[in-house]
Amino acid sequence: MVSEQPVISFRKVSKIYQNGTVGLKDIELDIQAGEFVVIVGLSGAGKSTLLRTINKMHEISSGELLVNGVSLAPLRGKKLRALRREIGMIFQNFNLVKRVSVQRNVLSGRVGYYPTWKSVLGLFNPADKKRAVAALQRVNLAEKIYARADELSGGQQQRVAVARAFMQQPRIILADEPVASLDPLTTTAVMDDLKNLNQEFKITTIVNLHSVPLALKYADRIIGLRAGRLVYNKPIDQVATQDFAAIYQEEEK
Amino acid sequence: MNQVPERTFMQKYHLKGIGWTIIFILLLFLSSVMTEVNWGEFFSNLGQFFALLGRMANPDWQYTNIVVQPIIETIQMALLGTTLGTLVAVPFAFLAARNLVKSPLVRGGIRFFLNLVRTLPDLLLAALFVAIVGIGPTAGVWTLAVFSFGMISKLFYETVETIDSGPIEALQAAGANRVQIIAFAVVPQVVNNFVSYFLYTFEINVRASTVLGYLGAGGIGVFLQRSLSSFRYDQTAVIIIAILLVVVVIDGLSNILREKLL
Ligand SMILES: Nc1ncnc2c1ncn2[C@@H]1O[C@H](COP(=O)(O)OP(=O)(O)OP(=O)(O)O)[C@@H](O)[C@H]1O
Ligand SMILES: [Mg+2]
Repeated sequence: MVSEQPVISFRKVSKIYQNGTVGLKDIELDIQAGEFVVIVGLSGAGKSTLLRTINKMHEISSGELLVNGVSLAPLRGKKLRALRREIGMIFQNFNLVKRVSVQRNVLSGRVGYYPTWKSVLGLFNPADKKRAVAALQRVNLAEKIYARADELSGGQQQRVAVARAFMQQPRIILADEPVASLDPLTTTAVMDDLKNLNQEFKITTIVNLHSVPLALKYADRIIGLRAGRLVYNKPIDQVATQDFAAIYQEEEK
Repeated sequence: MNQVPERTFMQKYHLKGIGWTIIFILLLFLSSVMTEVNWGEFFSNLGQFFALLGRMANPDWQYTNIVVQPIIETIQMALLGTTLGTLVAVPFAFLAARNLVKSPLVRGGIRFFLNLVRTLPDLLLAALFVAIVGIGPTAGVWTLAVFSFGMISKLFYETVETIDSGPIEALQAAGANRVQIIAFAVVPQVVNNFVSYFLYTFEINVRASTVLGYLGAGGIGVFLQRSLSSFRYDQTAVIIIAILLVVVVIDGLSNILREKLL
């Protein structure tokens, strides 16, 4: 069987925080191009930690982590930024700049492609301005382009954040509990946005979720973490509902 | 487990708070004893004070014409000094902010330097600059620039440290470099506070610059000193009224502006 090179590859990856907390322990995991992977697990299981090692917002302590076949460990400065601009990230708290316009927020997803002086002066190419409009149209918020970000509802802010990530023309999108603070209707909207981008542009997508029904609905593959260890890893057609009991089992003390 | 912890003896009777209060009162008492402040003398000399007020009660309004020019010069000095100081303070503030510069060495060095600048009293600075650039408003501008720099850089970096770190994280994750992070995620969060602090410092500088003239650093203070030393209290009265007017107007304006900003 000829398998393609995985987009993301964890090889015996461990992460120990400075204070000694074990974030990740011996993770072995390959993620293929275009997959929609959902990570589940109890609070503190290491979901956010795992996600943040992929764009090197967190450094790993041992093992090797490859993205597009390139090891992250030696990446610094310009090379690291070049990697990051191809990885979109979505946060639970949206992380928009509240006092500026939606347009500028979306465009800020593009700065990694610009020389410093040009971006600081706000000299974005007409093509990128068009791209920002198109990104907002995708998430149904084109009419809010000149509104200040803090005038939007939480759900709308998260959709702007999705547009910002899409601006990066990313190969990978990482979403850390993107719908944790949203109502069911906007939850569906945001998850649909992510799924559409995933299917249309083959963007490899990894999402941390706390909701089992959502995981079952959107995932191609479900990964379970418990106390920093990978305890579950199955494609969606092999997932049984009762499996989750084991993932969500409390660690015996 | 899951119990409210016992408070220690210290916490229970607020010994720390009480202790500090006692120390403070003791210090007050000691200072007044050691500096030999004679409260009786202060009050017995009040008579002299009222005599002076009486002589100032008839301002020489003719003098107003002469005062206008130096008053404007004073405001210009304050504006120039504050602007210069602020421009230099901005990069230092970013370098001193804990959430932007991770290296404690860089931050520590910058902060040490800023603390050093802030320990210089403005009158000492004025004396220094009068000695360096000579008598005149230039000395005043330099004095106010250095003074503003010390004050603004601290106000600014403390503001930067209070911002929401979410946007910084988002920009960093999108591959932005340090300057881009500052421009896109930090500046929009602090710009209103920065302008407000600029105005506040400008207010202070207008007040301070009236005194600087005393040391020969230009502005209205020169005239204040002249009138006092020639016992022309009728002129002094005009100057004081003029200064009061300007300070009140500028304070008012800047307060209105700052309220709009925040
Ligand atoms: N910066 C940090 N320093 C020290 N320990 C940390 C840090 N960040 C996370 N941890 C610890 O690492 C472990 C994993 O945390 P992580 O945030 O990855 O969990 P999570 O699965 O995302 O949880 P949640 O569902 O609550 O978001 C936890 O025990 C947490 O306390
Ligand atoms: Mg988390």
